[in-house]
Amino acid sequence: MNEIYTGLAQAFELIIAFDADLYEIISLSLRVSLTAVAIAAFIGLPLGAALAVGSFRGRTGVIVALNTLMGLPPVVVGLIVYLMLSRAGPFGVLGLLFTPKAMIIAQTILITPIIAAFSRQIIADLWVQYREQLLSFGATPWQRTTTLLWDGRLQLLTAVMAGFGRAIAEVGAVMIVGGNIEHVTRVLTTAIALETSKGDLAMALGLGLVLIFLSLSITAVVSIVSLSQEN
Amino acid sequence: MADILPLRIENLSYRVGEQLLLSDITIDFEPGPISVIMGHNGAGKSLLLKLCHGLIAPSSGSVSWNGLSPAKALHAQAMVFQRPVVLRRSVLANVEYPLKLKHISRPDRQTRAMAALEKTGLSDIANRQAPLLSGGEQQKLAIARAWALSPQVLFLDEPTASLDPRSTAEVEGLIRTIHGSGTKIIMTSHQDAQVKRLADEVIFLHEGRIVETGPAQDVLAAPKSAEARAYLAGELPV
Repeated sequence: MNEIYTGLAQAFELIIAFDADLYEIISLSLRVSLTAVAIAAFIGLPLGAALAVGSFRGRTGVIVALNTLMGLPPVVVGLIVYLMLSRAGPFGVLGLLFTPKAMIIAQTILITPIIAAFSRQIIADLWVQYREQLLSFGATPWQRTTTLLWDGRLQLLTAVMAGFGRAIAEVGAVMIVGGNIEHVTRVLTTAIALETSKGDLAMALGLGLVLIFLSLSITAVVSIVSLSQEN
Repeated sequence: MADILPLRIENLSYRVGEQLLLSDITIDFEPGPISVIMGHNGAGKSLLLKLCHGLIAPSSGSVSWNGLSPAKALHAQAMVFQRPVVLRRSVLANVEYPLKLKHISRPDRQTRAMAALEKTGLSDIANRQAPLLSGGEQQKLAIARAWALSPQVLFLDEPTASLDPRSTAEVEGLIRTIHGSGTKIIMTSHQDAQVKRLADEVIFLHEGRIVETGPAQDVLAAPKSAEARAYLAGELPV
């Protein structure tokens, strides 16, 4: 027990003292996961809307695939991205392996299905309500889609948050494709894994506290914004 | 915009699987009178309205708007549904929305939207969030939104079905005013009293067929068909 208290105390010290290494790790974590979320939302929201509103061949197959892909194991995604980006792989020439870009790619693959599948459900429910009215207004398919995305924005924000939560918390994929290189690809989760295995529990706890604080505060802000919009 | 009336429905049928929901509907809607489609629940009234408006395609037969293409004719129509669909935005933004879809400039659509809200008595709540309004207010908003489009034809599907008497009176008043401004009204109702108050002509629908049409006074006072007589006498269909 004593070790935990000492760890916690040291952790607070690191945070309050603006430890340069710690803040570098935090900033990289946020940069990687927020970029991945932005790209995944850019792909996933319109994809979800198209699947909800459109009717085309193979639509059911895509929906089933998306729902299945929601549960992708991060290590496997990491492994696949690793194979693609490794020197022998098809995208080896780009030299992306062990860079933050590779980590962004892996996390984007991991969370795009989550955002797309949730958005499809949200938009489909809204489409049932709006369908006849929008057709009556003579809305074009593009106008329908943008209206549904706008009117479903609060619930869609929750879908995006679910993606962010998964991205910031996963360790398997970024560890494999990033390599946990100090000052280059070390993020909160990989650092926690490393510090724990090294036995530096203070640093591990400090990082853990920061990770929890970050993901809770971002989720809290989003919840407050969407609740205030509802009322 | 060219005149879209008369609306000509010829030999129209609509089936879902084996079930024939509307059959052999032939009728003309001319400019002028308030036309009310009446009949029991399940007679096919809403369905007929949606087919006229082009929301559903008929299984056979035709819907023609004075020789215009359906897409072109749709621009001069509006529809108010039994359960109003309000968008998740302010009252004013709701009324502006369909005008925006038609690429009407911002100042223009604001003027038209505000005018429609004035006329429906909603201008005081223009900035309220529409989903938070009462049922009656939402229905009035749906009417204001349709009105702002200045349609040649306004379809209303049981517009007062879920409203209290006061809101019903207000909505009926609005329908009369819109009609007075030159818009053709085609609506459904299953309330005899409402038909008596509003209708100029009546189309009586029974089990997916038109069994009687005529001036409202005549049909209501002395129905010729057995089905309309039974309905007006308050009998339930067997």
